[in-house]
Amino acid sequence: MTLMTRVVELRAMQYRRTFRASIFSSFLNPVLFLLAMGVGLGTYVDQSGTATQALGGLSYLQFLAPGLLAATAMQAAAFESTFPIIGGLSWQKTFHAMYATPVSARDIVVGNLAWIAIRLTSIAAIFTIVMALFGAAASPLILLAIPAAVLTGMAFATPIMAFTATQRTMEKFNAVFRFGITPLFLFSGTFFPISNLPDAIEPVAWLSPLWHGVELSRRLALGTIGEDPVQALVHVAILVAIVAVGTWFAYRTVESRLVLG
Amino acid sequence: MTVQPSSPDSALIHARGLTKLFGDFVAVDGIDFDVAVGESFGFLGPNGAGKTSTMRMIGCVSPITDGTLQVLGHDPRTDGPMIRGRIGVVPQQDTLDTELTVRENLLIYGRYFGLSRAECGRRADELLEFAQLTERAGDQVEPLSGGMKRRLTIARALINEPDLLLLDEPTTGLDPQARHLLWDRLYRLKQRGVTLVLTTHYMDEAEQLCDRLVVMDKAKIVAEGSPRQLIAQYATKEVTELRFPVGVQETLNGQLDGLAERIELLPDRVLLYADDGEAAVAAAHARGLQPETVLVRRSSLEDVFLRLTGRSLVE
Amino acid sequence: MTASPLPLSGLFTLGSRRARHLVERNILVYRHGWIVILSGFFEPLFYLGSIGFGLGALIGTVNGPGGQPISYQLFVAPALLASAAMNGAVMEGTFNFFFKLRYSKTFESILSTPLSPGDVAVGELIWALIRGGIYAIAFTIVMAVLGLIVSPWVILAVPAALLIGFAFGAIAMAATSFMRTWQDFDLIQLVILPLFLFSGTFYPLDAYPESIRFVIQLTPLYQGVDLLRSLVVGHLDWSLLFHVAYLVIMGIIGLTIVARRLDKLLLK
Repeated sequence: MTLMTRVVELRAMQYRRTFRASIFSSFLNPVLFLLAMGVGLGTYVDQSGTATQALGGLSYLQFLAPGLLAATAMQAAAFESTFPIIGGLSWQKTFHAMYATPVSARDIVVGNLAWIAIRLTSIAAIFTIVMALFGAAASPLILLAIPAAVLTGMAFATPIMAFTATQRTMEKFNAVFRFGITPLFLFSGTFFPISNLPDAIEPVAWLSPLWHGVELSRRLALGTIGEDPVQALVHVAILVAIVAVGTWFAYRTVESRLVLG
Repeated sequence: MTVQPSSPDSALIHARGLTKLFGDFVAVDGIDFDVAVGESFGFLGPNGAGKTSTMRMIGCVSPITDGTLQVLGHDPRTDGPMIRGRIGVVPQQDTLDTELTVRENLLIYGRYFGLSRAECGRRADELLEFAQLTERAGDQVEPLSGGMKRRLTIARALINEPDLLLLDEPTTGLDPQARHLLWDRLYRLKQRGVTLVLTTHYMDEAEQLCDRLVVMDKAKIVAEGSPRQLIAQYATKEVTELRFPVGVQETLNGQLDGLAERIELLPDRVLLYADDGEAAVAAAHARGLQPETVLVRRSSLEDVFLRLTGRSLVE
Repeated sequence: MTASPLPLSGLFTLGSRRARHLVERNILVYRHGWIVILSGFFEPLFYLGSIGFGLGALIGTVNGPGGQPISYQLFVAPALLASAAMNGAVMEGTFNFFFKLRYSKTFESILSTPLSPGDVAVGELIWALIRGGIYAIAFTIVMAVLGLIVSPWVILAVPAALLIGFAFGAIAMAATSFMRTWQDFDLIQLVILPLFLFSGTFYPLDAYPESIRFVIQLTPLYQGVDLLRSLVVGHLDWSLLFHVAYLVIMGIIGLTIVARRLDKLLLK
């Protein structure tokens, strides 16, 4: 099991080369969204009486920021569990090279997931600092929104990694992002309360792992988590369950891929 | 009055002082050659000798730096598209369209030449037959074996029924069986009268396919002739290869002198050039030399190249 | 005498009728990968549903072109069409073009045929425009279904979207011809995302101070957003001609650079 740290080491070495790209996707991107939507569009949202009511008296920036935190973790996790993983399994075959040493399939899966968790933690921490600077942090509990965002991200990283290991080309990734990640980003309560969705569609949003993550981090950021601790626990339980099942599947698919060569 | 350079009507390719520079690097250094209709002409030389640069200039995808080049009687500088329309190109690395199927590769390539869809379809089916790929017509390109991809590339190069077929290292990287299959296809083309121009660093390929060839080294042509002529001119009938135990070869100073017309010391073996190989072996044994292995063989273009450049062709 | 086909494009000796064969190739390719085409159409629709309707319900009305209040959906829909036209053209002109230029051997094999680098550039651009045109038509139909058609001038939305695609596609290809590695594409993202978010796409420019407003009015996507929005709500004035001229000149500059660079890159 200690060998999995070697996998983390490898990923960290690779990361130094793609550092610039990741600063953009993991930091600048959400900050720009926060600025345009939270501050710019927020001005217009806050002027309207309907909005004040629907958002429970919150400013739009306060409403949006924790949602974007969870959504950013999801996007980063989806990226990290597709391209670098297919790179190691199909393009450069670095994972196959590791598999030829005492490093096991489990080390490779756990090591990569650990690396993704580290990345998500740093992304969420930086984003939380930015939120505070924008004045969108209402409670010190916002610090707990960081692990909540990481958990949300891992609920995507694990099943997507399991899927990636079954692919030999990146052809289907486009569909995953366009028909999976993008609609979840837009309709999981990040930009507007899901109660604004048509009644028939609203229950569908409950199926979105991102919605659970958004709710969790929003309640933590606003310090309202204590109002309904049972619901908060349900969110956590669902996300943990997805991570557990996802990890198991990732282990299965990555191992069979390594065995196949 | 200026004197017109000679430009024989029969020459498909006519080059004088052909030069290609990449910055300061001289890729092709003022070479002269002619290729006649129906001929099978080869450029033999090691990697980096300037073969591919020459081929790209003939194919009108690389502007010439200096000298004269006429392809099919036209100047690539002004008539590139027209010349390209009448030649077929098999590049060194497969450039198949991996986003299309085997048959679609042929169809769309034909369209680039302005052929009608019906004509493309007819020729594609014919060429699939020729390339022995009919069964794979609907498959994607990527899973094909190296030999199949090569055959498909050749089929693609024939879609416009070219007057001239350019093949850059046609069998490099293929296994022996795939090479022989490919040579067979190229031999058939040759018999149909298609003019072939190919580059290779395999002497056996040059011997199999070329009526005439030039040996290139360091951007220049160092010899020209048919394989048989070149061997007769630059090598003996037979060659004897002697391999000594490790460390012994270095101690042989002077002991080999006079054993053959010419002696080459390679890092791993000694080559004795003498028309009678067995006699050379007997002479060596008579001097008390004890090589570990002895091989007597016919001379090849490899020996020609060694003689001309002092280096092996394939390193 | 052999007649060599004359270049169609009058402005440059760039591209001939052979360019259409490249379009044919791309159609063949996308018969296998139609899902990619489909996905490009859904992206603006998702944004319209989420930001336009979901969030828009909380906003009500905002000031449209000419200052008259319009529903937020009507405000944001044409801007999403403009952004989609930009995004599609930029994707085609950067990632796909770069891949074909540097990695895939597709262009290399095509240049062994009578096609020239100019044909390749024009063919790729035409293809990007065909895709963009299909998206624009589909999006306009969706707008009609959602009751977002209020002016007959909307009929010009599709050609306007094509103009945006032309301008951004050509400039993107020009930029791509200077790119060396995939890493350089961060820079493209660094330009595209702020344009998407801050060009008056999601809220009126009144939100900005005067000086920033002036700068934004000079950026390329703003031209497209304001042009499309004005056509959709039927508010026409002379400033639209400025937008059109801006985009036309941008496209021509892009094409000129591509033409110069491609010969250099491909004919070594």
